[in-house]
Amino acid sequence: MDFPVFHLDILGNRGLIAVIAILHVLINHGLAVGMMPLVACLEWYGLRKQDRKWDDLAYKILFVSFIITTTAGALSGVGIWLSVSLVNPYSIGSLIRVFFWAWFVEWLVFITEVCLIVAYTLTWKKWRDGAAKRRHVKLGFALGLFSWITMAIIVSILGFMMDPGNWLADNTLLAGFTNPIYLPQLAFRTPLAAAMAGIIALFLVPFFVPHWEPLRRDATRAIALWTLFFAPFVLAGGWWYYSVVPSVMKDNLAVSALTLAFSGWLDDLLWIAVFTMVAILAVVQLAIARPALVPRVAFLFPLVAILWMTGHFERVREFIRKPYVIGRYMYANGVRVEDYALLQRDGVLAYATYSTPLTDAEKATIPGTLSPSARQAALDRLQKGKDVFMDTCSRCHTTHGVNAVAAHLQRLFGDQPWKPDLTLGYLENMHNAQPFMPPFPGTRQELGLLAVYLEQLQHNAAPTTGAQQAGVVIAPAAAPREAASRKLEGSAAR
Amino acid sequence: MNPIPVPRDIPLPLPAPEPVLVAVLVVFFLMHIAFVNFMVGGALLSFYYEVRGLKEKRYDALAYEIASTITANKSIAVVLGVGPLLAINTLYTVYFYTANALTGTFWISIIPLVVVAFLLTYMHKYLWKQMEGRKGLHLAIALAACLIFLFIPLIFLANINLMLFPEKWGTVHGFFSALALPNVLPRYAHFVLACPAMTGLLMVWLFRRRSAAEAQAMGFSREELIRSGYSWVLWPTLAQFVVGPVALLTLPDVSGSTTSTMGIFSLSILASLWMTLLIFIETRRPAERIGRSFAGICLLMLSVVVLMGAGRHLYREAALSQHRELVRAKTADYMHRVEEANKAANPGGGQRRP
Repeated sequence: MDFPVFHLDILGNRGLIAVIAILHVLINHGLAVGMMPLVACLEWYGLRKQDRKWDDLAYKILFVSFIITTTAGALSGVGIWLSVSLVNPYSIGSLIRVFFWAWFVEWLVFITEVCLIVAYTLTWKKWRDGAAKRRHVKLGFALGLFSWITMAIIVSILGFMMDPGNWLADNTLLAGFTNPIYLPQLAFRTPLAAAMAGIIALFLVPFFVPHWEPLRRDATRAIALWTLFFAPFVLAGGWWYYSVVPSVMKDNLAVSALTLAFSGWLDDLLWIAVFTMVAILAVVQLAIARPALVPRVAFLFPLVAILWMTGHFERVREFIRKPYVIGRYMYANGVRVEDYALLQRDGVLAYATYSTPLTDAEKATIPGTLSPSARQAALDRLQKGKDVFMDTCSRCHTTHGVNAVAAHLQRLFGDQPWKPDLTLGYLENMHNAQPFMPPFPGTRQELGLLAVYLEQLQHNAAPTTGAQQAGVVIAPAAAPREAASRKLEGSAAR
Repeated sequence: MNPIPVPRDIPLPLPAPEPVLVAVLVVFFLMHIAFVNFMVGGALLSFYYEVRGLKEKRYDALAYEIASTITANKSIAVVLGVGPLLAINTLYTVYFYTANALTGTFWISIIPLVVVAFLLTYMHKYLWKQMEGRKGLHLAIALAACLIFLFIPLIFLANINLMLFPEKWGTVHGFFSALALPNVLPRYAHFVLACPAMTGLLMVWLFRRRSAAEAQAMGFSREELIRSGYSWVLWPTLAQFVVGPVALLTLPDVSGSTTSTMGIFSLSILASLWMTLLIFIETRRPAERIGRSFAGICLLMLSVVVLMGAGRHLYREAALSQHRELVRAKTADYMHRVEEANKAANPGGGQRRP
């Protein structure tokens, strides 16, 4: 409404955030938060045993982590921000107002972390002996600590989005930061990161140490022990985390985990997850008991499995808080709970600053047989319907792409014509049937306009465009304001 | 005449007094951009010297020295960019996010582009010795990184420029039309010229610390290296005396007063003149005295950069202050209506939960 609507009609807007955010979490947890202390431990062990081979192995693992974390890792972190500011500027704009100082401090810690990882990597070959080497090991542990602190701050914001706790009443940073989900989530992510790093390192060892070297066996066993040590903490943290998720959100679990189409398969998914966990632990156990027997390819399984499970967990976490994007404060469509009374009375379009122009394919759905005035009226209705769609649906839905409204209508109404009379009744009560859907924020008349826009999707499969391609038209409702801004216009004309 | 949109702001208070946020924005942005200059300039100079190194081996060693600085500089450049991004998100929410959305595809492509450019600079540095026999491919990697590094600032500039002109928001159709707005390209040229200039200073700093023997090991005399660093500062800075005023004169007229902006930019021109004179004197100095004015030159460069930052901010305020008043009034009016609607819907008090 107040921002031009950026829209990806094939991948979907949430898809964009998901790709970037999941990549970031995997790199951050697996290669930074968990890996830096593991590398420092390997280096320390090499120093204690006075064995350069451990040191060389630690450096090679660090180098891989360094290359990935300082490129895709750092940039995907910024990317979450850029993508969310495109997709849901209302939510990130609000979060920044609440968490500015938390983010600011996190940024200072992040600067320290980056300086430390650059220093740790670039001084490895120079600080090789004696006091310099001991200092270098300490540098590694300091790096591990700072990596963890950055995560410890950001996790608070993730918890806030699920349940803002007391912030809704007193609006302070402290109340937001100490939300009820914060500590349980941190208690889960910390050992998860460590275990994930162990699994990645197990996968890397065979690439760096030939199988005839005794180090291959010793390092595999040591890293597997590290991984196994953290496993029970992952389970305990996970249980604590699950226990504080508001019960109303748990009702969303099936759809969160499997999408609406497959929501009946929740039990199967849970069994697959349990089987995967057991299989990961079996490989790790074998690596401890008989490290020489585990073939290189066997480590691929835990790696893929932990990446999949963590990625899937993030998807569930993102979805489960629906219909909200910030629990009980803002719906996933970017409209604040508090705004509903006004918008449902006066309409969303009455307060919309921008309109997203129709595409040629959308215009072509208006029958050519209409008189010019009837055609213009039909185009106006369709335009308003599209604006209602863009302002209230498009943050989560596409027309025909990922999570497409057309697919949902097809599932509900099949091939019978999607006439507004047919769809309107469903749209009105959708949030009761599907508790993860926000209520419609506009008037009944606007719901009718939306139904008009949805109707043409049955025969128009061309993707629609967002403001990044089509630009925006300043909405007619904004026209009265022009008088107030005459002075500005004067300068613009100059 | 284009209609001017007046959207509402996020209805939550600013998390800090405005001057604090402005200070975070301006100070850290300047630090960020200095390291971006080192990074882009380093990539360009390294490529240039590696090409020269095809005929004269010692330049290859110099190219490697410069390439080695990029690893740290690029990481610091990225990380220092986060703070100003946070501040601009907070202070100019409506303006910045609007510009981002209108150029969305290119705005988000900054992420993969920077990742690819960074991976290429790592390949370029870490495979230098292994690719000794495949110089063509090695140079192609460096060139690809340079081209990406040169493209990304265009995306930032298109956004930073577009956010200042709400009257243009209804006329823009994607990144290229935002790029075509007046002033983007002159500002871009101004930025690009600053890259070799700042990296030239970095070269002087780097090689002033080296002993004559270390320089000799690379095949150069120490003063030769310092002199070439200075010439990288000198020539682009001379060109800035043309490009800078063009960038200044193509700044669109805005509703607020720009007198102080012009005053600050004029001061920066004076400081630049002084700096250029000092550099010219340095390059004419004999080997044993070269580098004496380095601290003074750095101070002058710092003052130019600070004046640029201040001038940019004053212009931004001149462009937006009146519009921000309208946005504030609109937001307050909307919040009043929300309150009134909630009262009407729920006369017993409390917030209505649909």
